[in-house]
Amino acid sequence: MVYTKRVDGRKLDELRPMEAKIGIIPNADGSAYFKMGNTIAYAAVYGPRELFPKFLQNPKTGIIRCHYSMMPFSGSGERIRPGGNRRSQEISMVMNSSLQSVIDLSAFPNTVVDVYVDLPQTDAGTRCAAITAASMALAHAGIPMKDLISAVAVGEVDGTVVADLNYDEEAYDAVVSDIPVAMTANKKEITLLQMDGEISKASLIKALEMAAIATEKIYQVQKAALKNKFTKE
Amino acid sequence: MITMIVNKETIAQLAAEGKRLDRRSLTEYRKPIHVELNISWTAEGSAKVQIGDTIVMAGVKLAMEKTYNDTPDEGGIMVNTELLPLSNPEYESGPPSIKSIELARVIDRGIREAKAIDLKKLCIKAGEKAWFVTIDIITINDNGNLFDACGMAALAALKSAYFPTVDPVTGAIDYKHKTKEKLPLIKEPLPVTVYKIGNALLVDPTFEEEGAYDARLTVATDDKGVISAMQKGGSAPLTIEETSRIIDLATEKSRFLRAELNKFLK
Repeated sequence: MVYTKRVDGRKLDELRPMEAKIGIIPNADGSAYFKMGNTIAYAAVYGPRELFPKFLQNPKTGIIRCHYSMMPFSGSGERIRPGGNRRSQEISMVMNSSLQSVIDLSAFPNTVVDVYVDLPQTDAGTRCAAITAASMALAHAGIPMKDLISAVAVGEVDGTVVADLNYDEEAYDAVVSDIPVAMTANKKEITLLQMDGEISKASLIKALEMAAIATEKIYQVQKAALKNKFTKE
Repeated sequence: MITMIVNKETIAQLAAEGKRLDRRSLTEYRKPIHVELNISWTAEGSAKVQIGDTIVMAGVKLAMEKTYNDTPDEGGIMVNTELLPLSNPEYESGPPSIKSIELARVIDRGIREAKAIDLKKLCIKAGEKAWFVTIDIITINDNGNLFDACGMAALAALKSAYFPTVDPVTGAIDYKHKTKEKLPLIKEPLPVTVYKIGNALLVDPTFEEEGAYDARLTVATDDKGVISAMQKGGSAPLTIEETSRIIDLATEKSRFLRAELNKFLK
């Protein structure tokens, strides 16, 4: 049986409904909310601020530190113990390198920009939603950026390449590949790429091309939210 | 966000005159008070509460576990709070701070000691299995008065919670499909915290005002005005007369908060 009809009835390249809001956390220097289907991410940016312990400081530039975390009640199964785990540490690290590629903190030596992303509910694609939200929060905080970053998971479900897999598709009883991709808005350069499952090179390239189109749609939502925020102020 | 000494003095001076930095009266809550239910589809019950620009979320998760030996016919509850670094520049990642632990324990006592949840009804098979309820409260934007906001969010989340379905053969829990059965909530405790600055008593402080208090007393009362938990904080002492005035004010404000909460529960 070929996978032609998606579990939730979407077209192959159709993304789940998106919603973006800016400035939802007044204490933060920048903040954003991003919803992709049933996955929700809250992002807050604090900084540039002085970095402690001091030996971590870089006299040539500021640094960025991402902190990804799922709220204890945000998993579709049992409660998640708070306090982080290996998975959240790895995601924080790949978020860091993804976002680092577009920001320039050379004007703020010895400082840190902390990016916190917390998710109250999830349905796959959490690291992508986290990066998309974090990118908007950084822009809202006025951090010098070359570009915005938009992220989406693509993959192949039982021989069919699709965009923005949800949990039911990730867990589909067939050969499934899950490929989170983050891209810069203008040049469509890849700043995050992970993959698990099984896929041929031809399908992978097709999936990445689908990701370029999908991240463009996400970028439009991010841009509209930021424009809306700054024209209101 | 460091409360400067000069600001602390200003807050105290204003309080002595019955005034506040944001022009509220001493016994007035910030606006808006807003409650949103079911903010997380993955939780069995959840709520987001906003008081002014203090925003918190609470989520209820249920698990089936072995009963305790000393209470073989009861389930249990646990309250945990996470003061997220996302919500305030003063919070850091790492093990829970004493502020977070106190907050969780005071909310926990308010619910537990009021016997708000009928723990016997959580028992599935005596001496073997029972439901255990975890309430996680998370700060999104902390601008003061977390006790009241978190207590309100916990109650709202409990009121919106439904049991998940259980496979009758394997006993496995299907969290994705909820039953129509609500939690056995028999009382509805709500905490109100009264702060003492100088000789003035006030409610719903901002983060700035919290940096200037001399003493505080949290009083959890149920819908009939019965007190189920208290916690005094701060280094200044309270007289019996002051304590009495604080309890009167807390009881009055608890009725107010309950009415605000009920506007969103329908």
